[in-house]
Amino acid sequence: MNEIAIIIETVIKAVVVLAVVAGMAAFATFIERKVLAYMQRRLGPMNVGPHGILQLAADGIKLFTKEDIIPQNAVKPIFKIAPVIAPATAFTAMAAIPFFPEFTVFGYTVTPIISDINVGVLFIMGVASVGMYAPLLAGMSSTNKWALLGAARTVIALLSFEVVSGLALLAPLMLIGSLSLIDINDFQNGGFSSWLVWQQPLAFLLFAIAGFAETNRTPFDLIEYEAEIVSGYATDYSGMRWGLFFIGEYANMITVAFLVSIIFLGGYNPFWIIPGAIMILIKISAFIFLFLWVRAAWPHVRPDQMMWLCWKVLMPLALVNILITGIVLI
Amino acid sequence: MSLEQFSKRDATPGYIYYEGEKKPKTPWESFLRVVRRAFKGELFVGLWIVLREMVTKGNTHTLMYPEEKFVMGPRYRAVHKLLRLQESESERCIGCGLCEKICISNCIRMETKLDENSRKEVSQYTINFGRCIFCGYCAEVCPELAIVHSGDYENASEQRAHFGLKDDMLTPLDEFKANKQQEFPGFGALSDDADSFVKKTPLAY
Repeated sequence: MNEIAIIIETVIKAVVVLAVVAGMAAFATFIERKVLAYMQRRLGPMNVGPHGILQLAADGIKLFTKEDIIPQNAVKPIFKIAPVIAPATAFTAMAAIPFFPEFTVFGYTVTPIISDINVGVLFIMGVASVGMYAPLLAGMSSTNKWALLGAARTVIALLSFEVVSGLALLAPLMLIGSLSLIDINDFQNGGFSSWLVWQQPLAFLLFAIAGFAETNRTPFDLIEYEAEIVSGYATDYSGMRWGLFFIGEYANMITVAFLVSIIFLGGYNPFWIIPGAIMILIKISAFIFLFLWVRAAWPHVRPDQMMWLCWKVLMPLALVNILITGIVLI
Repeated sequence: MSLEQFSKRDATPGYIYYEGEKKPKTPWESFLRVVRRAFKGELFVGLWIVLREMVTKGNTHTLMYPEEKFVMGPRYRAVHKLLRLQESESERCIGCGLCEKICISNCIRMETKLDENSRKEVSQYTINFGRCIFCGYCAEVCPELAIVHSGDYENASEQRAHFGLKDDMLTPLDEFKANKQQEFPGFGALSDDADSFVKKTPLAY
């Protein structure tokens, strides 16, 4: 009986996370267009609904009804399966994220985490890296030079940022002594001054930079940079298959925002009179706004510059950070 | 005023010449450049500028096109119009044929005849807009200000020949009686909001 209850609870949680995050990802596309437009002195979508809010529905209808073209020489099974990998891994990574503090509904205590595994951070980082197979396989299977270049750049990006994000996370994890995100969150429950960003500012910076690279956002959007390789790995995709890549990218952005908020910015601990659930929503909104802000302001880097940055600047900094943390701990 | 003040007309006070950054020669200099660029905060200047533009109200450049339209200046040369005389409501065109002669792409064609009062009458007047290059010579040469360029730039149609026939170009009588005929202010005329574009010249005097 108890096992059945747990299974039902988990299924409900998974469905809720899938629905809410997919909705958030769709809404993030609208917010992105609006924020970028205002930053570039434009208005953005204005015609569909008040201030263009129904542009979401219009885009959704367009994506679903568009013809799904599979190029003649593409490796068809891989071409078809590749877009599924992106959102699948992005949503799988969310299984280990505690979204909110515990709350009680009708006398039943709900922990808003699908599975509280004791290696949560490792699981999320690993699954998010598997997500890089989506652009890699898509680019290699679509017999298109731009797509192939995009796939090659995917590998470059993966090799560059993965080292930095792993090493950057190591220092705070040494302080905490646990890989579970709930433990990491509880470690910072002493108010504003106990946030890990004050103890590990360098690790925060490095992990944020690696997060930009992991989600292919603007300073490191080399795998789909329009001016160089049309649309990178997604050049040959159309309709909902392309939309799946898009959902995966935005779900990844939300995952990275949650990770940064929980590991460095105090997670869902209540702050002053603001309850924890509101607090973490504010934090992830601020981080997603940072994604959009940076996209509006900064140019992007070349692949060689990205490798130079990650291997020659950020990785030594991360190692120095680990060394200093270790010395202080001893 | 002495002569020096007039002859020194190349720059306003406070104009700075920038010859670009010097290239680093030694590895130490290039290291210093990396440090200088890393801590200069130029990236944050960019962030601040886009944030300032986002929160500033009313600095958008978007024209909500079908509802709002751009004010065309009087010098703009869109499809032609044939105007009427203010007093007698009859056409201004006297059929002199100057526009037909001067048209460098040979796209104006007019047929004239003598009417019952032995006055010249324009029976047919067409412009082939497939060939017209909108140079404005016809409007410039017209002695009666009869053919002018209008500001109508929305020329979607089902037929190639539209907009170029005499009936399309001539001001309709009902529009004329409603006093809606746009007078052509002449070549070189300033737009209505020209005063707002006046700026001081960036010269020294």
